[in-house]
Amino acid sequence: MDWSFFVGHVNYWLFVVLMMTGLYVVVAKGNLVKKIVGLNMFQTAVFMLYISMGKVHGGTAPIFPTDMKIDPATVYTNPLPHVLILTAIVVGIATTALGLALVVRIREEYGTIEEDEILEIEQDMASEENRIHGQAMGGRA
Amino acid sequence: MATESVHDVALTLHDQLPILQLVVPFLAAPLVMVVGAGRGVAWLIAFLASLAAFAISALLLAQVIDGGFLSYQIGGWAPPLGIEYRIDAVNAFLLFLISGVSTLVLPFAYESVKAEIAERNQALFYTCYLLCFAGLLGVTITGDAFNVFVFLEISSLSTYAIIAAGADRDRRALTAAYDYLVMGTIGATFFVIGLGLLYMMTGTLNMGDLADRIAPQTDNRTIQAAFAFIVVGMGLKIAIYPLHLWLPNAYTYAPSAVTAFLAATATKVAVYVLLRFSFSVFSPGFAFENYTYELIILPFAILAMFAASFIAIFQTDLKRMLAYSSIAQIGYMLLGLSLMNASGLAATMVHLFNHGITKAVLFMGVGALTLRAGSSFYASIRGMGRAMPLTAAAMVVGGLSLIGVPGTAGFISKWVLVQAAFEKGWWPVAFLIVLSSLLAVVYVWRFVETLYLHEPARDAAEAPLTMVVPIWITALACVWFGINTDITMTAANTAAETLLSGSTGLAEPSPWTSALPAGEASH
Repeated sequence: MDWSFFVGHVNYWLFVVLMMTGLYVVVAKGNLVKKIVGLNMFQTAVFMLYISMGKVHGGTAPIFPTDMKIDPATVYTNPLPHVLILTAIVVGIATTALGLALVVRIREEYGTIEEDEILEIEQDMASEENRIHGQAMGGRA
Repeated sequence: MATESVHDVALTLHDQLPILQLVVPFLAAPLVMVVGAGRGVAWLIAFLASLAAFAISALLLAQVIDGGFLSYQIGGWAPPLGIEYRIDAVNAFLLFLISGVSTLVLPFAYESVKAEIAERNQALFYTCYLLCFAGLLGVTITGDAFNVFVFLEISSLSTYAIIAAGADRDRRALTAAYDYLVMGTIGATFFVIGLGLLYMMTGTLNMGDLADRIAPQTDNRTIQAAFAFIVVGMGLKIAIYPLHLWLPNAYTYAPSAVTAFLAATATKVAVYVLLRFSFSVFSPGFAFENYTYELIILPFAILAMFAASFIAIFQTDLKRMLAYSSIAQIGYMLLGLSLMNASGLAATMVHLFNHGITKAVLFMGVGALTLRAGSSFYASIRGMGRAMPLTAAAMVVGGLSLIGVPGTAGFISKWVLVQAAFEKGWWPVAFLIVLSSLLAVVYVWRFVETLYLHEPARDAAEAPLTMVVPIWITALACVWFGINTDITMTAANTAAETLLSGSTGLAEPSPWTSALPAGEASH
């Protein structure tokens, strides 16, 4: 693994770093909005992976001349990954929007968007349920 | 380019069935939203769309049940450039299950949704339901790898929304939906990274074409990484044992109709995607894949069978108990898959179907009990077997099928699975299958005992007819497919053979492919 290998794959290194950062934020942050931001970074990293692999050495923008006289010697960049990623961007936006909408609703119902506080509230709800229903089943629970 | 010639190809309605399968629910979804207010109408449109999809899937299944496949080119663009819908016994069987379950769940949903979801949200609920339904059908029908991701996200996003709709009853539905959103998105993104790596190595996204181009380079590290990403991504969606954390809450707090539908279809579709990629895209001879199944998936599948069943026994809520039981049952499906032989795959396919209808009965039964008793806690449904004899009796049938008692659908799948394990010479595995079924006896007995052997906790009427009828149709289906296995076993065996024979490769090029400029025909 020499220097040129490292520099030549800089897009991919950045992809890996960005992806892992996003994943880390999702796991490590307790704030629900921050988790969505992390998720978004994670998805954005994938866009970078796809766009990088569409690049062809010495390739130009994949736009045919208007007269459609295509010079076979011209090398074009592969546009397909870009198109795929357009779809993935739309998916990412929809996911972010839905996630944030859920956070708004959670804030309305729980009064907080901190994961540990929500968990505490839910733990109380669950142990209350277990107490009532455990006793009703004849156990000590 | 060459689009003129597309119009020359005369197609009858019959040839258009593969696309109609999707278009009908997709168009019905916005229609439901526009019609809105009159919820009877919204429901009726949803039901008719689902019924139409069911009829179409039955016609498709009839065409491929004896082998072979149908290839449909979207917009007349030939694969691998265009998107192809490829229907063989494997996905036709799944389409039949999804649309069948949906058609049974919707009549049930009419009363259940009325009781559980605020009136102003009901039309939107049916819209999301139809989108989810259409998305699941799309994942199943398509022969294009990236298309799988798109449909998967369509179904997932609408799934998160309809799970959150349970918030009218319990606010924990919101956090359940949020958790599922985070984990589901990570899963889908892993999947799409896997696809990206595959595209990098092959330059194609058509499954048949992918298979042809992967075959010569299975030792390639990128291909192996792609496989790993796809397995983990789909594993999150399937709820393979350590990746199952979203499932219990999502199933418990979602509206009853949603749980019945999702439990019977969503995880099954994810299992199908895993099957499709493991056998039709990656070849069964791919050593890396064999190791993955034998050394990773198999132990986790067995762990799921025991751990999840064990947790299920100690639940105080019937719905949550069934959710854990689902995780255990997914273990059986993955076990069949990791046997990597024809009978193991047939067991997986037949268990997909049988467990789908079994869980549909049970979750619909829970929905009916919830409607009358207010919740699905054991304490509140005590003695309801006397107040609601029809619902409770159907649930007993479902419970027996869950255990795998002879004469029910569940028996067939466990029988085939045990046979497959013996065939492979793994008799300890066969023993473990039987042993874990004993745990199912315990948790099923627990709810049967609660329903019948207690004084009724309250006076309650039998569930409305719109619930009892679909519940009983599904319960009778559990018995029918336990006695008459013609359809299920034929389809499952054909499916297993189809999968094991590997990829069918690219479909025959369409007559106008040659009209394309050279260089356009390949990447």
